[in-house]
Amino acid sequence: MHAEVIVIGAGIVGAACAHALAQAGRRVLVLDAHIGGATGAGMGHLVVMDDNPAELALSRHSIAQWRALAPRMGEDCAYSACGTLWIAANEDEMAEAERKQQRLHAHGVDSRLLDAPALARAEPALRKGLAGALEVPGDGILYAPNAARWLLAQGGASICVEHAKVDAIEDDGTLQLADGSRRSAPQVVLANGIEATTLCPELPIRPKKGHLLITDRYPGTVHHQLVELGYVTSAHHSDGDSVAFNVQPRPTGQLLIGSSRQFGTTDPAVEAPMLARMLQRAIGYLPGLAELNAVRSWTGLRAATPDGLPLLGKHPWREKLWLAVGHEGLGVTTAPGSAHLLAALMTGAAPGFDAAPYAPRGLPETA
Amino acid sequence: MSVPTLLLQIDGQPVRVKAGSSVAAALRLAGGMGVARTSVTGQPRAPFCGMGVCQECRVLIDGRRRLACQAVCTEGLRVETSE
Ligand SMILES: Cc1cc2nc3c(=O)[nH]c(=O)nc-3n(C[C@H](O)[C@H](O)[C@H](O)COP(=O)(O)OP(=O)(O)OC[C@H]3O[C@@H](n4cnc5c(N)ncnc54)[C@H](O)[C@@H]3O)c2cc1C
Ligand code: FES
Repeated sequence: MHAEVIVIGAGIVGAACAHALAQAGRRVLVLDAHIGGATGAGMGHLVVMDDNPAELALSRHSIAQWRALAPRMGEDCAYSACGTLWIAANEDEMAEAERKQQRLHAHGVDSRLLDAPALARAEPALRKGLAGALEVPGDGILYAPNAARWLLAQGGASICVEHAKVDAIEDDGTLQLADGSRRSAPQVVLANGIEATTLCPELPIRPKKGHLLITDRYPGTVHHQLVELGYVTSAHHSDGDSVAFNVQPRPTGQLLIGSSRQFGTTDPAVEAPMLARMLQRAIGYLPGLAELNAVRSWTGLRAATPDGLPLLGKHPWREKLWLAVGHEGLGVTTAPGSAHLLAALMTGAAPGFDAAPYAPRGLPETA
Repeated sequence: MSVPTLLLQIDGQPVRVKAGSSVAAALRLAGGMGVARTSVTGQPRAPFCGMGVCQECRVLIDGRRRLACQAVCTEGLRVETSE
């Protein structure tokens, strides 16, 4: 295949980019080393996040795209329109739920406040004494590895996937592969997640480790994705280790329990103290979890930028290279919006929303 | 000297095992492959590692989900292999 674009990485972001570029009429070669990444390790929650206007714009547009794709996706993508309940533990958090509702409303995202009795009716497994919740019904979940494969398959003959590891990007944009061969195309997209810094050490990306645990099948235990409203304060705006309550009902009836955040480590080992902290937090909201059987726990690395927004756009000085990296803990949600922006920039089309906040930043001006 | 035995139920069927047997062993004695559960895609799954790692031997024991290879049979135990 004579490719017009090469995408490095077939995780959810690379797959979405290849899909969007194929839709724009490009012939795309995807190179993936099969070393795996965050797509296979994450929670797969599709959630509108509103820490800042740029994050809100990207997640909102992305979720609209996922919802449009969902009816055509295979069953193994495990898409579920379960919605999110942002749980308020006390009156302060309930006030935050109201502010969140106003922010979402201002951007056309549907949500509704549940008082304590309404929350107890919606999720009887939650502990008594919670203040209420904000329900965001448009949110959902999916199984990201299969969704990535599905996106690639949608490209038909326009997308070719090759099992290959890229060892280096030369000055003229030619790719050196591990088997000694080379590949080149007029445009190259770097979408290899946390591994991006091995090819471009200048990128301002650092790993943020996360633990997850999944239970055996207990259908009907919870109905929505449940996240504590304290999530933003406990997990986002801190440089230290943190945990937050986050539980997802999988279509299999299993419960996926998160989440933890740790900087300064790339060790994939499950750390019992961190896992214990995370589960204590979860049991504080869902006491019945303590009775359930866990099947597996694992870790993954999020590719974090200093401001939490992905880097989407032309690399400032590397020939032919475009960036789609740094999606941190929201890359499954934001993959379609990211891909839409990048494909528009690469093909000279007008993107559906402002690409400026995500433009590559924090890199040295020249090599 | 005869070895003491226990009587338990697997999916409603009485099964007699030697005292000290694991539930995984009882599943095998009950017949066939010793199937413990059925996967999401409908495939039968049986004890595999025998040491609490693979999680393939999950069954309901007296109403609680447990690992058959890590549970020791007791008199009157009720084991269900449905899910
Ligand atoms: C614990 C945890 C929980 C999360 N929860 C959520 C969530 O609920 N919702 C959400 O939206 N996001 C979540 N995320 C984040 C999300 O998983 C990531 O942002 C997303 O998967 C990143 O996708 P990616 O395609 O950029 O990278 P990856 O999935 O890491 O894919 C990179 C790909 O590049 C390939 N590759 C690497 N190096 C090379 C090379 N040199 N040559 C060729 N190929 C290469 C790898 O094989 C891999 O397939 C979570 C992440 C973690 C760790
Ligand atoms: S046989 Fe592997 S956990 Fe029981």
